[in-house]
Amino acid sequence: MPNMSPNKMPMPVQDPQVRITNFDEVALGYTKEMAIEEANRCLHCKHQPCVSGCPVNVRIPDFIEKVKTGDFEEAYQIISLTSTLPAICGRVCPQESQCEKECVRGIKAEPVAIGRLERFVADYHRENNDAPFEKPESNGHKVAIVGAGPAGLTCASDLAKLGYQVTIFEALHVAGGVLMYGIPEFRLPKEIVQKEIGHLKEMGVEIITNFVVGRSDSIDSIMEQGYEAVFIGSGAGLPNFMGLPGENCKGVYSANEFLTRINLMKAYKEGSDTPVQHPKKCVVVGGGNVAMDAARCAKRLGAEVHIVYRRSMEELPARKEEVEHAQEEGIIFDLLCNPVKVIGNEDGWCTQIECIRMELGEPDASGRRRPVPIEGSNFLIDIDCMIMAIGTSPNPLIRHTTDGLEVNRKGCFICDEEGLTSRENIYAGGDAVTGAATVINAMGAGKKAAAAIDRKLR
Amino acid sequence: MYKIEKKESLNPTVTRMVIQAPFVAKRAKAGQFIILRVREQGERIPLTIADSDPAKGTVTIIFQVVGQTTMLLNEMKEGDSLHDFVGPLGKPSVIDGNKKVCVIGGGVGCAIAYPTAKAFHDAGADVTTIVGFRNKDLVILEKEFTDVSDAYYLMSDDGSVGEKGLVTNKLEDLIQNGEKFDEVIAIGPIIMMKFVSLTTKKYEIPTTVSMNPIMIDGTGMCGGCRLKVGDEIKFACVDGPDFDGHLVDFDEAMSRNMAYRDFETHKREETCNLLSKEVQ
Repeated sequence: MPNMSPNKMPMPVQDPQVRITNFDEVALGYTKEMAIEEANRCLHCKHQPCVSGCPVNVRIPDFIEKVKTGDFEEAYQIISLTSTLPAICGRVCPQESQCEKECVRGIKAEPVAIGRLERFVADYHRENNDAPFEKPESNGHKVAIVGAGPAGLTCASDLAKLGYQVTIFEALHVAGGVLMYGIPEFRLPKEIVQKEIGHLKEMGVEIITNFVVGRSDSIDSIMEQGYEAVFIGSGAGLPNFMGLPGENCKGVYSANEFLTRINLMKAYKEGSDTPVQHPKKCVVVGGGNVAMDAARCAKRLGAEVHIVYRRSMEELPARKEEVEHAQEEGIIFDLLCNPVKVIGNEDGWCTQIECIRMELGEPDASGRRRPVPIEGSNFLIDIDCMIMAIGTSPNPLIRHTTDGLEVNRKGCFICDEEGLTSRENIYAGGDAVTGAATVINAMGAGKKAAAAIDRKLR
Repeated sequence: MYKIEKKESLNPTVTRMVIQAPFVAKRAKAGQFIILRVREQGERIPLTIADSDPAKGTVTIIFQVVGQTTMLLNEMKEGDSLHDFVGPLGKPSVIDGNKKVCVIGGGVGCAIAYPTAKAFHDAGADVTTIVGFRNKDLVILEKEFTDVSDAYYLMSDDGSVGEKGLVTNKLEDLIQNGEKFDEVIAIGPIIMMKFVSLTTKKYEIPTTVSMNPIMIDGTGMCGGCRLKVGDEIKFACVDGPDFDGHLVDFDEAMSRNMAYRDFETHKREETCNLLSKEVQ
């Protein structure tokens, strides 16, 4: 008999008042008992709608079936068939708009906590059965991958499993991309990221760090060195600014810079070589996951933090859980307002922002109601730090140094359904193609491209 | 790992290092820079490439000890290795051999001015060099500059070497005495680049400056290196580091470069204490 509880097994978390003083992981993970109880809420539907909601089509009911019987290691093996980075996806995927959205249990009550179960299974495997992955037999083909983020790592993993000799070229000093520099430790411990990347190395994937494709070498020159195909997963790394007067004041950061200092460079740690401002009153502009991450980091550095977002709570694009966690931590949401000006002091530090109140008009192209400024409603907020989390654009380095790669108006690579660009044997996927999106979508694109590369080279 | 092949002191605070980095050496051009980390968990700092040898796979950097990381770098010895070394980053300088150019270097900025002067000289340009230092003890690269310059002028603040005065005094003298420069390239402290640009603006001489803002990744990701250039915001790491000196907002750039000054001073004192303890 399935567990007919209408609610998900709650996730144990660090108390908000405690966690705002540390960078340790917020969600503590299910126990075995909790996992089994939650797994029993799954009806094991014949038509498996959840699987089609997953960009990498994890065989969800099958792995949950194994959790029910306590065969956690087998559950892990089922997830591994299609997913490269389950411990990461279980933590950062927006399940409510993917697998869990399709869950039959979700029609009348809460869906099965698929993400939490995936995380549990991956963590169980890591803690109990961490045998190195086997290196598959080589098929003699070489593939180069640009960027060791979620898209590149997934593509590399799938190709390595098929026997390809894969080399990843990574610009930073460490592999992981946004998983290392963007998503904070308290949401995704870096040790877990490195552990999952370690499995790729065990399978024979070579990762060359400190190598900026487009500068250290060009794609064409890499292909001349015997790589038969290239996958570009270079992400959308260029931060957008609003072009406000005073936006270049000291204390105004892009979310990328603020998060990179904290996550990649560990500037939150006492004695870190890399500095970061410890603000007293910080405004984060934007309403996505990156805005939540930046706000929660600033909170942990001791600031009073306000999210300034031009639409209402309904339209916040961030994952629901992140918004809830941010609220629990005392982040203040100043909704329906938009900054128009940054005011600095004579030393060039920001001291105030001027905002204007907004109201929602007719729906725009995105289907969301368009925010319209209310004239004369301007007001000031005192600040000593402002973080712009209003999106990123693809980095132009590769398109500027590779002939024949077509891009759209926004600078994203134009690809067919399989990820093939306008150049033969050059594939792309992830944010470099879609503009800023999610980890799992990037992984889905890496997976698709790996299959296409295999069909092409085999 | 990136081995230090050679290390020498150019003056009491400026050091030259030759680093084994074949990928960088192969493609490095004048005006480009690298980012390095001395140690695991170290800070990423940008340094302009002073020279490179593709055959030997080496890249030369010249740096002044200004903060904690450059102090740690200066503690490294020949045979030691740097943890990370990535490049070449940024756009190469635009070199036109048909021009008569004036290359101006200030202080340790001469380390960056030299490869540019050399590139113009090698391309066949007529190169006048003006270098400025606070005093005679700080002069660097004198022989290197004279080798690639058709005319070389050395200025010092206190008159202890060369002529007493600022590089802008000499530039203005030369222009008023009829020298016709097609382009002026100024590399050094922001304040010097600002005044060179103000001088050349009067005479409508195209002027290029090399900006060195605070940055983390050097690939366009952090936006920390942003500058106001005319009406636009530019990222020094991907759009530069060379910009039109008549358009750069130098005052803002100066202010932004001081964002972490208190932190730097503090860390440097901490490191000093640490190193002196180790010596004891």
